[in-house]
Amino acid sequence: MAFSRSLRILPFLKNINREQLFSVARTFHTQSVLSSQNITFEEKPEFPGSKSHYVHKLEYIQPELLEGIPVYRVMGRDGKIVDETQDPKLDKDTVIKMYKDMTLLNTMDRVLYESQRQGRISFYMTNYGEEGTHIGSAAALDPRDLVFGQYREAGVLMWRGFTLDQFMNQCYGNAGDVGKGRQMPVHYGSRDLNFITISSPLATQMPQAAGAAYAFKLKKNDLCVMCYFGEGAASEGDAHAAFNFAAVLDCPIIFFCRNNGYAISTPTKDQYKGDGIASRGAGYGMLTVRVDGNDAFAVYNATKTAREMAISQSRPVLIEAMTYRIGHHSTSDDSSAYRSVDEVSYWDKQDNPISRLRNYMVSQGYWNDDIEKEWKLESRKKVMNSFAAAENRKKPNPEELFHDVYEEMVPHIRRQMQEMKHHVLQYKEHYPLEHHEKMS
Amino acid sequence: MASTLRTIRVSSKLFRHLLPNASTTVAVRNATSFSYVPDTPPPEHGETTRMNLFQSVTNALDIALSKDPSAVIFGEDVAFGGVFRCTVGLKDKYGKERVFNSPLSEQGIVAFGIGLAAAGSTAIAEIQFADYIFPAFDQIRNEAAMFRYRTGNLFDVGGLTIRAPCGAVGHGALYHSQMPEAFFGHMPGIKVVIPRGPVQAKGLLMGCIQDPNPCIFFEPKILYRAAIEQVPTGDYSIPLSEAEVVLEGSDMTLIGWGTQVHVLREVATMAQEKLNISCELIDLRTILPWDIDTVCKSVVKTGKVLISHEAPITMGFASEIAATVQSECFLNLEAPIQRVCGYDTPFACAFEPFYMPDKWRCFEAVKKLLSY
Repeated sequence: MAFSRSLRILPFLKNINREQLFSVARTFHTQSVLSSQNITFEEKPEFPGSKSHYVHKLEYIQPELLEGIPVYRVMGRDGKIVDETQDPKLDKDTVIKMYKDMTLLNTMDRVLYESQRQGRISFYMTNYGEEGTHIGSAAALDPRDLVFGQYREAGVLMWRGFTLDQFMNQCYGNAGDVGKGRQMPVHYGSRDLNFITISSPLATQMPQAAGAAYAFKLKKNDLCVMCYFGEGAASEGDAHAAFNFAAVLDCPIIFFCRNNGYAISTPTKDQYKGDGIASRGAGYGMLTVRVDGNDAFAVYNATKTAREMAISQSRPVLIEAMTYRIGHHSTSDDSSAYRSVDEVSYWDKQDNPISRLRNYMVSQGYWNDDIEKEWKLESRKKVMNSFAAAENRKKPNPEELFHDVYEEMVPHIRRQMQEMKHHVLQYKEHYPLEHHEKMS
Repeated sequence: MASTLRTIRVSSKLFRHLLPNASTTVAVRNATSFSYVPDTPPPEHGETTRMNLFQSVTNALDIALSKDPSAVIFGEDVAFGGVFRCTVGLKDKYGKERVFNSPLSEQGIVAFGIGLAAAGSTAIAEIQFADYIFPAFDQIRNEAAMFRYRTGNLFDVGGLTIRAPCGAVGHGALYHSQMPEAFFGHMPGIKVVIPRGPVQAKGLLMGCIQDPNPCIFFEPKILYRAAIEQVPTGDYSIPLSEAEVVLEGSDMTLIGWGTQVHVLREVATMAQEKLNISCELIDLRTILPWDIDTVCKSVVKTGKVLISHEAPITMGFASEIAATVQSECFLNLEAPIQRVCGYDTPFACAFEPFYMPDKWRCFEAVKKLLSY
């Protein structure tokens, strides 16, 4: 039927333009129908899987010949704005809050890192060198935007108002922990601050974040989802699923990659062969940018526009923030086993997000050595107070082991809880009951 | 009911490739055969209409989407109606934003559903065959099952239901026949449910969708077209974690789920006719958390148990039931618990008749129980 209809419209073809001709030509099943009417046009591939043109010379795309995606930056290492049109012109209070949150995080990192070395908490992961990616991006989000993280994004929570007590309670797994002491340290989460609780399996949060963004799209709430991950996690199958689902299903999401050069001991040369993570964006049909992760303003600008595009165009945006992991991977890692101290010291001393923002603030007259000294003392005192309070809190009631497996406590788990209580009371001298809140 | 050869119509996209003439009626060989006995729906659920299992699933999904504006259905090929026709018409009725195809990635599908549920939506994800749920194993085990627990109940993914066709189909071989319920039975935080027919499928699927916990709903695909009965058209659900005593009896307890319930029903009839034995037949329905009380109450009465499933015997869910029954009903047991299951091999195409825990293998176990 389609064939005969097409024949009837043939006499009109001469009057329409080439683009229209192609779309009409699709309804013909053979070239001969066209040639019999003396109509010629350049052949174009009609394969459903891609849109492009034919070439008649064999040529392979050689990724190594392509220039790397450039790194967007706003201020130099001296804190001077390079191109005035790119100055986000944040007000003084905002800039000072950015700086204070970055440095408070840094102080908390030092205290908790040391406390782990002393065996007072079981595990810790610092954020050294990556504070700019956290604070710069968090400042550009709406606080109602939902955040899915990996584990090295504590600065986002700091920006949103997670208190030092909350950080410490989680690391100590005490009765003040909203997570009820069930997860390892640094696995933070907050319903009030729209930050989904961290889990250890890498990249699992990425396709989840795409799903949450789809839910936001259906709700038409004009919010987006922010999803952080490291360049190592980007090698997981879930990262592939996430990028593809988010693009195909038009999800308002920002994928924010912290490319800090290492996944534990694995350097990026063992992680991927292409041009970092950003080069993958276009392959999935995503808007993509690469930024200087040690430049909080560059991160801020990129995140702010990404957010606007993600929501207004309902599509994913990929940001790759180039940075350097100054600290060890975690307290279970000694990074001098696989990289030089000189290399680390370069990034710590020469290209650090905190000192760069301080340079900017000093140049603006917002900050000086006296204020710095005073803030250092004050922030350390705040951290130590929370630290002491968290250490002195008891751990949760052991019955919390059994709650929240399901929404309701199912009969066989209730039986097991009774067995545990019965057993522990019988052998109480062998269990650390004194460190926990009392069982009912 | 006496027929040993059951015919089913198979017209899924997949089976068109598997079978040269699959769009016509095909015969299922003896070993996979069973006689489907229609359920009688409880009168309180109101008006009924004739449905097969895939239609009752569609009906449940239709009601779920109409009741809950946040509910979405997605998976591979669901938009045009699904390779087993379970989602026919739903995209046209509810729009392409609520019933949509996903890219071909099981880990992506389950994770996407977790994200939807975490953001407060009702997510009904389809995995095309239970055999292909394993790429999503990490997302189900480490993420969905633990979401509420690890967040201290700050967040949960109770709005997630994963549906997947499961079980033997006569010619599905290694990757279109599996019953993976035992893998998921070892996952605190997940509920695992398997219906035995259309009335059960609709009620239990509604139960899963409404349950505030992530659920996996395995649909025995051989029943999609073969099982036909009167199904209530209204909104009803069947509670999870409640086994059903399908036949009352006094001499021994037979426990199964899914298609195997029908095999065991025939075994009960054979036992009555040939051995004058009265069997109590239990459809477990929910694998996790399972109904220990109903099972043990029956065993206390009968003193003998046969558990049967299609999945391989070692570490199959029958092991869990047997160990629990042994510990709870030790003084009542009069014979060793019998497990009649698939062998510890992959599911092989040409040998399906020899692999299946069919009624003759079950009947032999009944005789063993009797003569112990």
